[in-house]
Amino acid sequence: MKLELRFFASLREALGVSQESINTPESVKTIADLRVHLAERGLPWVEVLEGTKVLRCALNQHMVDANTPLQDGAEVAFFPPVTGG
Amino acid sequence: MPNSLIRIQETNFDVSTELAALRKGDPRVGAVVTFLGTVRDMNDGSQVKGMTLEHYPGMTEKALEEIISQAKARWDIYQALVIHRVGPLLPEDQIVMVAVTSAHRGEAFAACEFIMDYLKTAAPFWKKEDTPDGARWVDARIADDIAMVRWNQK
Repeated sequence: MKLELRFFASLREALGVSQESINTPESVKTIADLRVHLAERGLPWVEVLEGTKVLRCALNQHMVDANTPLQDGAEVAFFPPVTGG
Repeated sequence: MPNSLIRIQETNFDVSTELAALRKGDPRVGAVVTFLGTVRDMNDGSQVKGMTLEHYPGMTEKALEEIISQAKARWDIYQALVIHRVGPLLPEDQIVMVAVTSAHRGEAFAACEFIMDYLKTAAPFWKKEDTPDGARWVDARIADDIAMVRWNQK
């Protein structure tokens, strides 16, 4: 399926990417699957996506957990725990 | 009334002007509670020379709308205003303002604290501090998670 990816804060810096469009294989059904799929790209992806202790994710701009199913055309964001205020 | 009750902006804001606008024309209001967050010059034992605030445009506004609607469902309040700055900031600068109007103070105090506690854990903002040892992303604080969870137990 087609997805719009967004990365923020320390993740954005470590990956050197703030956004990209990708087409995922059939096997990628949830956010957790997507994380594994992206980690297969090697460094720095594997280190950032699997080495980061706590990673938050959002689907279409709503915070969700990793087991959430993806939808075609969705915007998926990965970022560290928030620190505003 | 200001243009919008949720504002993300690089520019500074004037608290008195915002409060006057928030309650203007609404004689039901008997209490206005305001929280103002500012930049400290120390964090985790390091001097902070400045910071940069990043956010997720679109999601930030949605998250704040959701937080305000939860506060309105829970307490008898009239209006809630959230202004959050992004971009580069210096010590003593204003970062965030939350203001709530209601008939009586109890509801406004509680709703204001709730909005701030939820903002700290659910609104997508990130701080990067400029210290003498270089720039560093601020770690989320466990105390903020505890402050948020507390509201579910009340």
